[in-house]
Amino acid sequence: MRSMRFERVFVRASAACVGPMEGAGPLGKHFDHVSADLYDGEDSFEKAEIAWVKRACDRTLRKAGMVPSQLEGAIGGDLMNQLLATHYFARSLSAPFIGVYAACATSSLAMGMAALCIEQQQTRNMLVVTSSHNATAERQYRFPNEYGVQKKETTTTTVSAGTGVLLSDARTQIQVSGCTLGRIIDWHFSDASDMGTAMAPAAFDTLMRHLSLTKTSLSDYDQILTGDLSAAGFALFKDLLKQQGYASLEMLDDCGLLIYDRSRQPVFCGGSGSACAMCVTIAHVFEQMRTGQLDRVLVIATGALLSPVATFQKQSIPCIAHAIEYRRREA
Amino acid sequence: MNEKQLKERARRHHPKVPYLRHALTAFVSGGLVGVLGQGLLVMYQSVFRMQESDALTMMSVSVMGVAALATAFGWYDKLAQKCGAGLFVPICGFANSLTASALEGKSEGLIHGIGSGMFKLAGTVITYGVVAAVIFGSLRYLLFEGGIV
Repeated sequence: MRSMRFERVFVRASAACVGPMEGAGPLGKHFDHVSADLYDGEDSFEKAEIAWVKRACDRTLRKAGMVPSQLEGAIGGDLMNQLLATHYFARSLSAPFIGVYAACATSSLAMGMAALCIEQQQTRNMLVVTSSHNATAERQYRFPNEYGVQKKETTTTTVSAGTGVLLSDARTQIQVSGCTLGRIIDWHFSDASDMGTAMAPAAFDTLMRHLSLTKTSLSDYDQILTGDLSAAGFALFKDLLKQQGYASLEMLDDCGLLIYDRSRQPVFCGGSGSACAMCVTIAHVFEQMRTGQLDRVLVIATGALLSPVATFQKQSIPCIAHAIEYRRREA
Repeated sequence: MNEKQLKERARRHHPKVPYLRHALTAFVSGGLVGVLGQGLLVMYQSVFRMQESDALTMMSVSVMGVAALATAFGWYDKLAQKCGAGLFVPICGFANSLTASALEGKSEGLIHGIGSGMFKLAGTVITYGVVAAVIFGSLRYLLFEGGIV
């Protein structure tokens, strides 16, 4: 499969509504809304996650100066079974809807699929939503939130946020210029509390394939962001690149390491979750592209596609990474 | 690069696990839980003039009560992250697993949430506790009461 190239897909508006930990992080002031707690005024964590997606969608449409009925399509996903947050949010939309799951790589997959729909002129605009919630993810994949078990150093902290990005064919400064879909990579890592290390080879594979398919090199990009490799996985990722002969890696960074300040926040090895890469894309990449600090950015969202059932059956973790390329254009 | 080399490389980038510190904090915190229990035991016996067996039961219940409250206030998991096995192994860890599961189930209601969810983690302790009790109870009966020993 080729790397998809897009000519007519642009980011019209975007918004990220986050929880308190993300709001207190280094990107805090760039988010559209920071909730005071993980409940966000609702009576369950799941409802709070739905509320975040709703608010992010609302803010996005307001920024674009649109009303919901003008929306022609929507696509999104989250980490919960049956895509709980996404599907229950989508009840309030009247546009055709696609739910996608690629664990923490959901954001890039949804972005790529939406861009494809617009490029093919099947729709003029498409809303991309992703969300994750620390407490709902802990519940789904690990233990009850208040359970006193000592977490490993390599654990990552699921980002609590709802994000919305409106893509359209109307020219703006930020173009979605390409998408390279990843392959499932499994090097037989089976530690569910060290998903960053398991995902690093997947990110490496997608980056290598993207570079060779698009005939570009690392230096062609102002920044290359991986999704949520954690400090351990990101170090392995850079090591793999060094083995391949790449010497200057200063354009590389990881969304999970950008969203929190590990020196003062208790987040273990960094951030993760399906909203992680998208939050950083909105609050960091888009902001800096608008101000002209970044011209060409590659975001490789990484997903550990593990199922708790399979983990108990001692299966290893299949991982995937999808790359989305953004370019700055004169509006 | 083969799988072995990749895993070797991955290991190099792992954060160091402070095994010695973990062991020490677990030893000290677990010991403190024991001291708390012993203190309660002495108090129940001397102040409330309880029989030793009653005082033992009351002590366990009190430690569990404190652990349940600490769980509800959201302190227990933060403490347990630091203390590890020190808070996981004593009976307060069992109380925490029950309370944490019950709290988690609250949003699904009394029946499907709290009622069935409460033993999600503690269920395995109870199951194998009963199994162990049957096995060792039978052994004890056969060996001591049956006159083998």
